Amino acid sequence: MSGSLPRPLPALDRDNAAYWTGGEKGELLICRCGDCGYYVHPPVRFCPECESRDVAPQPVSGRGSVYTFTINYKQWVPRLPERYVLALVALAEQEDVLLPCNVVNCDPDEVTFGMPVKVLFEQCEDLWVPLFEPAGR
Amino acid sequence: MRYGEKNCAITGVGISEVSRGSAKSSLELTVDAALDAIADAGLKRSDIDGIATWPGGDGNASGFSPVWIGQLQDALRLTLNWYSNGGESPGQYGAVFNAIGAINAGLARHVLIYRSMYEASARKLAFANSLVKEGERQRGGFAWYAPYHVHAAALQQSLYFNAYAHKSGIRPEQQAMIAINQRRNAGLNPHAIYRDPITLDDYMASPRIAGPLRIYDCDVPIDGSAAIIVSAIDAARDCRNPPIRIEAVGSSMRYRNSWTQLAEVDTQAQPKVAEMMWSRTDLKPKDVDIAELYDGFSFHTLNWLENFGFCERYGAKDFIEGGTRIALEGELPVNTGGGALSGGRLHAYGAVWEGCTQLWGRAGERQVKGDPRVCATSTAGGPLAGAMLLVRE
Repeated sequence: MSGSLPRPLPALDRDNAAYWTGGEKGELLICRCGDCGYYVHPPVRFCPECESRDVAPQPVSGRGSVYTFTINYKQWVPRLPERYVLALVALAEQEDVLLPCNVVNCDPDEVTFGMPVKVLFEQCEDLWVPLFEPAGR
Repeated sequence: MRYGEKNCAITGVGISEVSRGSAKSSLELTVDAALDAIADAGLKRSDIDGIATWPGGDGNASGFSPVWIGQLQDALRLTLNWYSNGGESPGQYGAVFNAIGAINAGLARHVLIYRSMYEASARKLAFANSLVKEGERQRGGFAWYAPYHVHAAALQQSLYFNAYAHKSGIRPEQQAMIAINQRRNAGLNPHAIYRDPITLDDYMASPRIAGPLRIYDCDVPIDGSAAIIVSAIDAARDCRNPPIRIEAVGSSMRYRNSWTQLAEVDTQAQPKVAEMMWSRTDLKPKDVDIAELYDGFSFHTLNWLENFGFCERYGAKDFIEGGTRIALEGELPVNTGGGALSGGRLHAYGAVWEGCTQLWGRAGERQVKGDPRVCATSTAGGPLAGAMLLVRE
C-alpha cells in the first residue's frame, strides 16, 4: 500500500519473533499448545486453557475473516496514503485470535465484516509483516 | 459491607485557562488548576497530604501527560504522606480509585488529583502522538499495531466504532446530535474552546477522519489542566462546599485486557464496569440528574448512554434523536459544558470539573434547572473504562 512511507516496526523478543519473521518462509506462525491444541496469542509459553508450558509457534493456514475494520481518511504524517484499511482479522483455526493488519489488494470500500481473507507478507528490514487480502484473489 | 468510596468526597475543583496554545508552561497551568481546587475546597497548601494522577509524566514531546507528580509537589512545596500515578488502571479515573484506597488506608486525608495536557503546543511543532515513537522499534502491547500505520487513537478506536455502527445501524445524521448538542452547551461555557453553534449541515460537510468519525466527533487538543480534591468524608464536612460524595465506582476489568484481543469491540469494556458501579449503590439510572460521559470520541458517549442503562442496547441513536432528551433542559442533560469535543480535551477531568460545577449550582447560563444532585461520569477507550456516581450532600 505505501511504497514511500516506511512502516514503524515492533521490537522483537523471544515470544514474538516467530510471528514477525515466519513470513520469510511464507509461514504465519501462531503459538499453539502441544497438549490441548489451543492457540495462544499474543504468544507466551503458557496455555491459559490447560496450564501446559508446552507451547510453541506452529504454521497456520493463513486464512481468516474480517472481525472488524475501519478506513483511514486523514493524512496524519507526510507520505501516508489517505485511504487504507486497518482491520482485526479472526484466525480461521480459532476465532478468538485477532490479528491487527492492513487489508490490501482491494478497494477499501470493498471490505466488509466477516469477509474471508488470506495472509501475505511484506518484508520490512529484518521482519516479514503479515498483511491480508481478499481470499478470492 | 460499606464500600470504601462512600468514605470519600470531592471537596473542590479547579481549572486553568484552556487554550489552543498557551503562553504558560504545562507546569504553571497545573499550578493554576491545583491552587484553584485547593482554594475552592477552602483548604491551604499545607492541608494537602496526597497527590494522584493518571497516567503520570510520560517524558515525551507529545504533550499527552507533561507534568510529573514530583514537579507539581515541588512547585507547591507540598508535604505528603502518599502519592501515586498509574497509567495501567481502569482509565483516567484510576487516579481517583487509587486515592479512595489511600484515604481508606489512612494514608491521606486530602488528595490533590490533576490531569494536564499540552497537546495544542506540541502539535504546533510537529505531528505529535503517543502511539508511535518515531525512529525506534515499538514496544509494549500496542506494538502489535505498529506496522499498520496506526498514527492516531482516532484510527485505532474507529475499529470499535465501526463495529458499533454496523451492529446498531446508527446513521451519520443521528450520531451528529452528540456533537451538535455539546457545541450548544459550549456556547454557554466561558471556558470552552469552540462556542459557535454547528448545524447538521456543518457536521455532514466536515472532514472524515477514520471509519464513522468526522472531525466534530473527535476531542480538541488543548493546553490546560484540571484538578480536583478528594477528601475523607469526615474532613470533607469541614470544607467550604457541600461534599460531593463518591457514591459508587466501577473499576473492573473482566475482559481480555488488550487493545487487540478485546473481543467486545462494539461495547468495549464498559458493560461490566457499569454493572459493578450499579451493584455498589441503591440508586438507579432513573435517579441520575446529569451525565458527564467520556467523549474522547462521540461514540464513547453513545456507548456509555447504553452501557449505563439510560437506554437499551443499540438504542442510543433513538435516545439522542433530535437532541431534546440530552439537552440542558432535557430529561438527561449530557456533557453540559460542551465536553471535550467543544470544551477541550481535559481527558475526563474536565467532565468531573463540569459535573461538580453543576452539582454546586455554579454553572451560570448553562446551569441545569431543578437543583441536580446526582451525576454519572465515565471514562472509555477500548480496554480502559471507569465509572463514578457522584452525589451532592
